[in-house]
Amino acid sequence: MSAGLYFHIPFCARKCDYCDFYSFTPTDGRMDAYRDALIRSIDRFAPAVTAPFDTVYFGGGTPSFFGGARIRAVLDAARAALPLAPGAEITVECNPSSTTEALAASLAAAGVNRVSLGLQSAVAAERAALGRTSTPQQAETALQRLRRNGITNLSLDLMLGLPGQTAATLRESLRFVSESGVPHVSAYLLKVEENTPLFAKKETLAFPDEDSVCDFYLQTAEALEQGGLRQYEISNFARPGFESRHNLHYWRDEAYLGLGPAAHSFFGGKRFFFPRDFDAFLRGDPPVQDGDGGDPEEFCMLRLRLAEGLSDGAFRERFGKHLPEGMFRKAKALETHGLLCVTQDTIALTKQGFLVSNAIIGELVAVL
Amino acid sequence: MAVPKENIRNFSIIAHIDHGKSTLADRLLELTDSVAKRDMTAQLLDDMELERERGITIKAHAVKLDYKAKDGKTYELNLIDTPGHVDFNYEVSRSLAACEGAVLIVDASQGIEAQTLANTYLALDHNLELVPVINKIDLPAAEPDRVAAEVEDVIGLDCSNAPRVSAKTGENVEQVLERIVEDIPAPEANDDLPLRALIFDSVYDNYKGVIVYVRVMEGTLKAGETMRMMATGAEFNVVEVGYMRAPSMEPCAELTAGEVGYITASIKTVRDAKVGDTVTKVQRPASEPLPGYRKVNPMVFCGVYPADGADYEALRDALEKLQLNDASLSYEPETSGALGFGFRCGFLGLLHLEIIQERLEREYLLDLVTTVPSVIYKIHLRDGSVVEVDNPTHYPDPGDIDFAEEPITNAHIYAPADYVGAIMDLCQDRRGVFKDMTYITKERVDIHYELPLNEIIYDFFDVLKSRTRGYASFDYEIAGYQRSNLQKLDVLLNGDMVDALSFIIHNDKAMARARRIAERLKETIPRQMFEIPIQIAIGSKVIARETVRAMRKDVLAKCYGGDITRKKKLLEKQKEGKKRMRQFGTVEVPQEAFMAVLKLEDNT
Repeated sequence: MSAGLYFHIPFCARKCDYCDFYSFTPTDGRMDAYRDALIRSIDRFAPAVTAPFDTVYFGGGTPSFFGGARIRAVLDAARAALPLAPGAEITVECNPSSTTEALAASLAAAGVNRVSLGLQSAVAAERAALGRTSTPQQAETALQRLRRNGITNLSLDLMLGLPGQTAATLRESLRFVSESGVPHVSAYLLKVEENTPLFAKKETLAFPDEDSVCDFYLQTAEALEQGGLRQYEISNFARPGFESRHNLHYWRDEAYLGLGPAAHSFFGGKRFFFPRDFDAFLRGDPPVQDGDGGDPEEFCMLRLRLAEGLSDGAFRERFGKHLPEGMFRKAKALETHGLLCVTQDTIALTKQGFLVSNAIIGELVAVL
Repeated sequence: MAVPKENIRNFSIIAHIDHGKSTLADRLLELTDSVAKRDMTAQLLDDMELERERGITIKAHAVKLDYKAKDGKTYELNLIDTPGHVDFNYEVSRSLAACEGAVLIVDASQGIEAQTLANTYLALDHNLELVPVINKIDLPAAEPDRVAAEVEDVIGLDCSNAPRVSAKTGENVEQVLERIVEDIPAPEANDDLPLRALIFDSVYDNYKGVIVYVRVMEGTLKAGETMRMMATGAEFNVVEVGYMRAPSMEPCAELTAGEVGYITASIKTVRDAKVGDTVTKVQRPASEPLPGYRKVNPMVFCGVYPADGADYEALRDALEKLQLNDASLSYEPETSGALGFGFRCGFLGLLHLEIIQERLEREYLLDLVTTVPSVIYKIHLRDGSVVEVDNPTHYPDPGDIDFAEEPITNAHIYAPADYVGAIMDLCQDRRGVFKDMTYITKERVDIHYELPLNEIIYDFFDVLKSRTRGYASFDYEIAGYQRSNLQKLDVLLNGDMVDALSFIIHNDKAMARARRIAERLKETIPRQMFEIPIQIAIGSKVIARETVRAMRKDVLAKCYGGDITRKKKLLEKQKEGKKRMRQFGTVEVPQEAFMAVLKLEDNT
């Protein structure tokens, strides 16, 4: 079975107010040093790699800020040291403002064939509340540049539950997305994390209430599906065939290797991660072990995030036994409340169900 | 080495809570070298973890101190520590009955408070010589002169010689010992009469069996003799007699009249050595037992269930062990449709219930669910028979009931006169019948009410304390049964009856209580994946309803960069949360819900 390869790029020109991912504004020379550290870590892991990687993903931070040349260097090193499947999906997360013509060209030249663009909202006031500097027009320009260079597998990020957001402003963002013609959208519910500037000023902001946020979620799903983008995961929508193959590795509980500080891996049956410590990664410190991965609970918990759901067939294939009867019984009970869709073989959450997925998943895996 | 009888002093220490009883006891132990400094843990006498934490004494304790007084003679001082709560009033009275005097501690910064007075009257009832002590003189707010004057005024005790001490720093504490020796009389004791020894406590020991704590009033007892418990009639061969020393026991050849000591006799259960019973000898028995023995019956009953059904055996073992040491705890197996297998337990009162529950959870690491406490109702059926019901589940069909009776108490509340209005409001609200009111002093009153027991077992004392800012004390005794208009209320969640939440209540209060309980349950039951109707019903008639709305959002939208740790942690947290929940049909109810339906007052 093929696996995913993830590179974490912990650099940003400026950190957004809601973000608690590991990233910082680099000083001179740090990005080059980091490129070299990533390449060294590729070489270090290479001997342990058996199956080919069919996806590569540069996430961040802001990979576009890291630059096309460095991304290319890392990709070249990966190709040289690791088995990369032909036709592998290679994604880079880009910020609209740093997606220049030159960047688009260099990404294409490096073999990147998919870009995920952080839009969050098409409404200026909402973007400002998040501390985003780029404009929707820049996003539009970025998409054009990427397409001109042959990168057409494009995704936009949306955020729901933003301060000041209403059904009307959300409609505006959704219209923007629809008109952009991208085949993939991720729509996340904003979670205000502690230790972020947004958390510090949350009292001063008018967040929509929980019921509204739930309505936004359903409104988004409906609008996107009407535009032909089918929901395939709690927060992800795609035209058939354009699902993120890389992210599917996570949700199908398949193997992936994550390199860079704060990057997580499920590799060789083990879960491990690199600490949120840039210098430690530059030194080549080993990752922190996080135990065995891929047990039935983890499998069910992740698969239930997918619209395709958890199937007895897939479970049997992985673990050589059936899903417990009790899980189907519980699922049937919840189905009467419209939270699940249960067939002979499969348990899948409905859109209503996704909104309370933590509770449902907790309930279902409790019988394992 | 026995001292002459005129050198024996038997005494208790009485005080309002937090006035420094245990600290003073510790200092007395130190001063008499009864315990090495290095063995001193704070408040040695309160040896249960729970006692130290709650600052109350639950079990009586005793210790023998040797004191060489200023007059050059050596005295044998027996300090008998007493519990301090209305649930244990009988035990207190037995401890006091074992003494000739009591040290009354009053806080120099706070003066006389509720329990100061209640305890004083209890001590005077037993004709004890009182030694007033003004404590906490080290506090900046201390006013020893004012407090001494107050004690003289209110209680009528001469305080000119009252030691002013700091039990905390040890200042002047030796004066307390001198006053004990000078003011408290030696016991009137005759070794030649037939044995009569008062049991004021008994504890279970894994090696010796029950250790019986006694005050010998008359006669003598030594190992090898056969003793008889006069109330139960049980007979035992005495294995060992001795004195309570800190921190261990000291066997002796013989206990004689006037002394305080212990007896072991391979007694298997504390039920055979009941507090208040009289020990005599089979060979030459006393004709009359000592006065004051009372059979202590549990008054409050509730179901105790393991949160995890697998712990049933462990719960039974734990109850068995606790009962070894607690004659007033009863239990028998019962089954609940909602909670599975558990036990119906009987307690002296609500504090006793809470203590047992806490000990089960802490000392035996059990996770418990307890049901609404109930008293024993007598239900007269149309066919002429009478059933006693201590579990609402067994309440007969209303159609079969001729009439019902509930237990009534004689309750006395002592409080400053300023609070009379507040107290009467409370008693009225609890269906009390006013009997009379007497002024103990110009400022303090004794309010006498008849109160139904089921109105005071839940939160009466808590509410009383909060409405009187802690100044009221409260005592009650069962006065018999009275006809009453009772109803059984059932709770339905999502249409399913939860038998463990049913309770019996007076008709006049049913409606208000039903509404309050519905509200409380709504607050306590967390939103679940679907809407949950809460209904409170009498028979098939719903008299109150609420709805727990369905939760709308509980989702981790982003599972970023393959970091699933957070999601796993969430799952773990959910599992932890589930452990505190009970599943009723399709509804999960947190254990707090069971307590929430009890404590309905807002001002506690």
